[in-house]
Amino acid sequence: MEEFLFTFFNIEVMRAASPILLQGLWMTLLLILAAVPLGLAGGVVLAVLSVFRHPMIRWPLIAWVDFFRAFPPLVLLVFIYAGLPFAGIEIGAFGCVAIGFFLNTSSYYGEILRAGIESIPRGQVEAARSTGLSATQTMGYVILPQAVRNVLPDLVSNTLEVVKLTSIASVVALPELLFQARQAQSVTYNPSPIVAAAIVYFLMLWPVVRLLSRLEHKAVARR
Amino acid sequence: MLSGVATARPIVDAIGIHKHFGALHVLKGVDLVVSERELVFVIGPSGSGKSTLLRCCNRLETPSSGSVMVDGIDLLDRRTDINLARQRIGMVFQQFNLYPHMTARGNVTLALRKVAGKSRAEADELADAALARVGLAEKAEAYPLELSGGQQQRVAIARAIALEPRVMLFDEPTSALDPELVGGVLAVMRSLREAGMTMVVVSHEMAFARAAADRVVFMDHGVIVEQGTPAQVFGAPQQERTRAFLRQLDH
Ligand SMILES: Nc1ncnc2c1ncn2[C@@H]1O[C@H](COP(=O)(O)OP(=O)(O)OP(=O)(O)O)[C@@H](O)[C@H]1O
Ligand SMILES: [Mg+2]
Repeated sequence: MEEFLFTFFNIEVMRAASPILLQGLWMTLLLILAAVPLGLAGGVVLAVLSVFRHPMIRWPLIAWVDFFRAFPPLVLLVFIYAGLPFAGIEIGAFGCVAIGFFLNTSSYYGEILRAGIESIPRGQVEAARSTGLSATQTMGYVILPQAVRNVLPDLVSNTLEVVKLTSIASVVALPELLFQARQAQSVTYNPSPIVAAAIVYFLMLWPVVRLLSRLEHKAVARR
Repeated sequence: MLSGVATARPIVDAIGIHKHFGALHVLKGVDLVVSERELVFVIGPSGSGKSTLLRCCNRLETPSSGSVMVDGIDLLDRRTDINLARQRIGMVFQQFNLYPHMTARGNVTLALRKVAGKSRAEADELADAALARVGLAEKAEAYPLELSGGQQQRVAIARAIALEPRVMLFDEPTSALDPELVGGVLAVMRSLREAGMTMVVVSHEMAFARAAADRVVFMDHGVIVEQGTPAQVFGAPQQERTRAFLRQLDH
């Protein structure tokens, strides 16, 4: 038992690693602050475009969304990180991760929002247009707010996945939380920093998980 | 526009309307001309094209051919700003179609602010006045889900009349209501009529038609079969199809 505690919950090691873990946490938060809003914004654009039935929009859009949903995000990151310099583009690890997350995440958010938009009855559009609102105004004031509310649990759930996924940024040496924890582990020969990082992730996500179950409960109750 | 001409000009002037949905020929050359302050009542069996005709009058449906002028504006002209034109054409739907995420006042103010360009304060004032006209002044803060069907439909009417339209189109405004709520909506419609509103009403409320309509139009299979005063159409229908329809309504 003592052996186990010494290995996985070594307070000394955790304390020593805490400054570098904090730096990692900071980077992870920055990453979340970039990935979630970018992904949401991209998702809104994709979802709104899906309203257009024209084949010139419809098929490229489906191909785009399907591709980035099916493509493993880890491989995508490596491709971008290794590939962009060949194209003469130097944007650093953070930029690469931001692009990769944008491509992957916006497609997921987009599909969720599209389902939300499709859940709004046609009569809402007709009522809004009959009062003279333009198509864009109708989307912005009438359809999207209701669509978002209808799929809020799915949006939160997806955001949870995005936050967890930020740890893959470690493969391109972006010093986020998991990357820093592994650095600390390799220096101390002790996995306690990894455990500490897991605890930090848990503390960060648990309130969101709670919120999610309440939202889901409410969504079921509303039916 | 010459004001002398304007008084004589019909508010709705839809001529030779055809509408196809794919292979389906839904309107087969319909003329609907509505004068100022007139209340035209449209009846006919299900699927005869009543809703489609009404929706052509604000271009929710675009006719396959024909012309639609409303208050002198050519709705089918590509240069017409349809959103501006629709401000003058109020529409009320069978399913109310209130925005569920907004209060009654929010429902009414949205177009006032975003289309008519009113400030929030002005829009609130106009909305409250419109809600008062439909007898719901005290429900301004209520959400649609907190209102009865009849109240929702009256908010929908307020949403339309707040924009001061030149004509109101009603598509079966009471068909989705419990019988005891129909009267309130009809009373609002009657008060609109007394205030001089031009109206086109698709409905099965024959008693209302008898009491309030200037003209009754009977449609079947995409054409106007017969029209005239309520006394003419209900009392002495000329066409066998009209008689058959009215007979079957009595049962
Ligand atoms: N968007 C559409 N696409 C295809 N067919 C349509 C569409 N809208 C209406 N129709 C068809 O056109 C015909 C006329 O419909 P419309 O709604 O105008 O009839 P209505 O007289 O209003 O009937 P009801 O009394 O049932 O409301 C029907 O056969 C209907 O199925
Ligand atoms: Mg109809």
